[in-house]
Amino acid sequence: MNISKETVKYISNLARIELTEEEIEKFSLQLNDILRYIEQLKEIDITNISPTAHILPISNVKRSDEPRSSLKIDEVLKNAPQKEGLFFKVPKVIE
Amino acid sequence: MNRIPIGIRLNLKFDMEFETVIGLEVHVHLKTKTKAFCGCSTEFGNEPNTQTCPVCLGLPGSLPVLNEKALEYAVKVALALDCSAQEFIKFDRKNYFYPDLPKNYQISQYDMPIGLNGFLEIDLDKERKKIRIKRVHLEEDAGKLIHKQDGAYSLVDYNRCGIALLEIVSEPNINSPQEAFEYLKNLKLIIQYLEVSDCDMEKGSLRCDANISLRPKGEKGLGVKTELKNMNSFKGVRLALEYEVKRQKDLLSNGKKIIQDTRLWDENKQLTFSMRTKEEAHDYRYFPDPDLAPFTLSKEFITRIKDDIPELPQQKIENYVKDGDLTRKEAGEIASDKNLSLIYEQCIDIYREPKKMYNWLTGPVLAYVNDRKKSIADLNLEPKELAKLIQYVSNGKLNNTAAKDALFSMLDEVKDIDTIIKEKGLTQVSNEGELEEFIERVLKENSQSVQDFLSGKENAIMFLVGQTMKLSKGKANPKKVKEIILRRLRDVS
Amino acid sequence: MLNTKTAHELLDLISSGEVSYEDVLVDVKSQIKKTESKIKAYAHPPNNVESVSQGSLLKGIPIAIKDNICTKEYLTTCSSHILEGFNPPYDATVIERLKEKGALIFGKTNMDEFAFGSSCETSFYGPSRNPWDLDRVPGGSSGGSAAAVASDEAIWALGSDTGGSIRQPASLCGVVGLKPTYGRVSRYGLIAFASSLDQIGPITKDVYDTALLLNIIAGHDNRDSTSINIETEDYLKCLEKDIKGLKIAIPKEYFIKGLDKEVGDSIRETRSTLEKLGASFKEVSLPHTKYAVAVYYILATAEASSNLARFDGVQYGFRERNIDKKETGPMISMYKQSRGKGFGLEAKRRIILGTYVLSSGYYDAYYLRALKVRTLIKKDFDEVFKEFDCIITPTSPTPAFKIGERLENPLSMYLSDIYTISANLSGIPAISIPCGFTKGRLPIGLQILSAPFKERDLLRTAYTFEQNTDWHKAKPKI
Repeated sequence: MNISKETVKYISNLARIELTEEEIEKFSLQLNDILRYIEQLKEIDITNISPTAHILPISNVKRSDEPRSSLKIDEVLKNAPQKEGLFFKVPKVIE
Repeated sequence: MNRIPIGIRLNLKFDMEFETVIGLEVHVHLKTKTKAFCGCSTEFGNEPNTQTCPVCLGLPGSLPVLNEKALEYAVKVALALDCSAQEFIKFDRKNYFYPDLPKNYQISQYDMPIGLNGFLEIDLDKERKKIRIKRVHLEEDAGKLIHKQDGAYSLVDYNRCGIALLEIVSEPNINSPQEAFEYLKNLKLIIQYLEVSDCDMEKGSLRCDANISLRPKGEKGLGVKTELKNMNSFKGVRLALEYEVKRQKDLLSNGKKIIQDTRLWDENKQLTFSMRTKEEAHDYRYFPDPDLAPFTLSKEFITRIKDDIPELPQQKIENYVKDGDLTRKEAGEIASDKNLSLIYEQCIDIYREPKKMYNWLTGPVLAYVNDRKKSIADLNLEPKELAKLIQYVSNGKLNNTAAKDALFSMLDEVKDIDTIIKEKGLTQVSNEGELEEFIERVLKENSQSVQDFLSGKENAIMFLVGQTMKLSKGKANPKKVKEIILRRLRDVS
Repeated sequence: MLNTKTAHELLDLISSGEVSYEDVLVDVKSQIKKTESKIKAYAHPPNNVESVSQGSLLKGIPIAIKDNICTKEYLTTCSSHILEGFNPPYDATVIERLKEKGALIFGKTNMDEFAFGSSCETSFYGPSRNPWDLDRVPGGSSGGSAAAVASDEAIWALGSDTGGSIRQPASLCGVVGLKPTYGRVSRYGLIAFASSLDQIGPITKDVYDTALLLNIIAGHDNRDSTSINIETEDYLKCLEKDIKGLKIAIPKEYFIKGLDKEVGDSIRETRSTLEKLGASFKEVSLPHTKYAVAVYYILATAEASSNLARFDGVQYGFRERNIDKKETGPMISMYKQSRGKGFGLEAKRRIILGTYVLSSGYYDAYYLRALKVRTLIKKDFDEVFKEFDCIITPTSPTPAFKIGERLENPLSMYLSDIYTISANLSGIPAISIPCGFTKGRLPIGLQILSAPFKERDLLRTAYTFEQNTDWHKAKPKI
């Protein structure tokens, strides 16, 4: 298992994080260390073991279809880096 | 045998026959009062961002809790589409970045969806076809982006964000744009029968994307497909697919290749065009959403939902044809609206004349609906009253004109038929004495027409009948009137 | 000096009318003024107070809150640049409950950025320091909460624990820290790191305060689908019972290389104290424990990569204004550059790792495999709890380490949590209490674990031990 700098670039694009060349270099090395450590999981026999995605034996948690009050509009927009009218404003999405 | 010039032969070789392969992805908004994972209202058309809360805005720290109605509706659709009932379902996160998706992941379902392996039947010219349905799954809708035409920015409204969305994915066994059209029509009808969605494409409560490819007839493998988006009506879907069939056929016939891409339908120009985005490999990194516990659907729950499913249009059509002497096409017309079919069924329970009922419903009743720009659901139509009205026509109490008049008044004024007849004095006059008086006057005032008839112009009789009807304000029994006039004129001659 | 007291001591004083909550605030503030420049326990120090609901259970006693728990009155930034200026429009469920009971929310404590760390060094606001030795870390990620309580800059505090983030700093700072059973305390309003592992819990000066605070924050919340709907018990009442006949297990895998000798000795001493108090001991095996760190770094980073996707500069927080457009278009560039600049190094490292293990083609090899090993780790504990009431272990393999010591080697930092992580993976409750000091006067912590929803067993063990020792009374000289 080896994370090349190319892989780090591909992953950082998926995660929408811009990395400097220096960070790419560093992460590629450090992630390889970590993945080597993680490799030890391969020594365990996991045949017939079911995965545990939820640790609690909880299921069927639902709510009734009853309306609850929404936030006030000024609360909704108060943290917005940019807004216009009642909208959030973002850079142009489509070229 | 004619010799075929070599050039044409070559052309024929390229002009091979293709089979069209279409798969449809349909998204419908479920008609719950609140969103899928929070208590915000789903009402359409309000001020931007006023129907939002920490959960649907994806604010840090907020957590989703599933709306039980959304689950019930979703299971209902899956069962109505003959999907196998799933015992265990879970939600997964579909990770991708887009500004209408506040968490930058969508709560969706990956490998344990609500429904798998269903089907839906469509009527073709000569046969019926089962379109297989791959999966039905529940997810949350995204917000709405407004792209400023002139400006260098976009605006975001999250009101729609988090509304329960059902995705219904067909297998690629739709083989023509017409089949696609029929599939969509039937799917919409079933969902409307279940009363779980408005399926209103204009309001965006139903959306449809299509995958389409061609392959040489007889081949098993699939050709390169294109994905079509941005169709705003079922007709638009059909047109876009027809366009795409032709475009792909032309390319393939000329030995060119299809490029896999996403294409938008341009309603005005009636063509599809490539989005030309730099297609990134989709890597959605699905994993089970740790914020939502899984769901086990008990047999009792499934049974309860199943019992709640009303008779669906296909079954109704069967019944109408079998018990009602209607043709498949006629039965289909009645079944094409749940409310219409309910009125039909209640009427024929009272007065067993299916054909007449069909004629009245698809004739005057729909004429009224169109005229008043109403929907059938909004009509104040008592099936009992309609049945009575039609009975009156049959037994001669009302003539057709008066009956239509009475129907319109009855619906406008929300009164029972007998009151209307009484108020308007619509009862057909068949009493010879009364009719004689009218006829006496008509014959006197229209001596020219009498002469015409007597001199052999048989059509003149219809004019005289018409005048009598007019004089009686439509109440006279036209059959009787004609009889009496004929008798009188024969006496004269 | 009212700020040196525990919450329950102050409640007694306020109830008897000797002091008012305002007196407490004055002393807490004056301590902050005195020592905060050295400790840097707060990301957002206490505001001026307008009013407090009087007469209720907590009578206006202040509480410090970790900076990843949403509060209306304070910024909530996870000590990250990317949440710059974020003021939540809502209170976390635990905050609502505290306010209802008359607590005063009093400042937000520093933490490792997004709880990614074991040292509090990755905070955007700079590291907090250990009150026992200012050159050393207070532990993390709830390092600010632990340092504030240890330095008497707070009466008590809330932290959050994903892999040891309450217990390890409590241990390194010589205070009490509890991670409740997963599902016991609502996560609504806790900014998620790894949703399947996160729990909020108390950091206090003694076990009694922990029980008191747990009584308030525990319980079902219908806004959190992972909150369990079973009765809570009166955790203060649990303290009344002694530990005669209590069966305690000691896992042999926890006493191997990497464990500091002084820490090991201290735990052995603790064992004999508990034995004298009536508990019986037996060595057991938790064979899959050694895989816990590996499993954790797959699951936690994967979940984090998705949880942290929302920090993108669209609705709140930091947005890069001078977008260098490049080839991706303005929107994607905004995302990438805001996130590139807004996240610190460790956050980026974990997001990249988490994205990688979920990416196409690797899910089965990493994520799914880790979920299966998680099953085995949980099973190990289930087996032990069939026979035993509690397990004891060191909380951390070493006492507080020097600032900067492990920063350049992420793996060595990750291994700081080797004893605490399995409790999160198996969902069980665990507490850290002071149990000794090194020769250099650095606190050592004892970890006690019990079966799910059996907080009562570890609380009464911890309380009995505490009542018979003086470790918790020691105060650092700052």
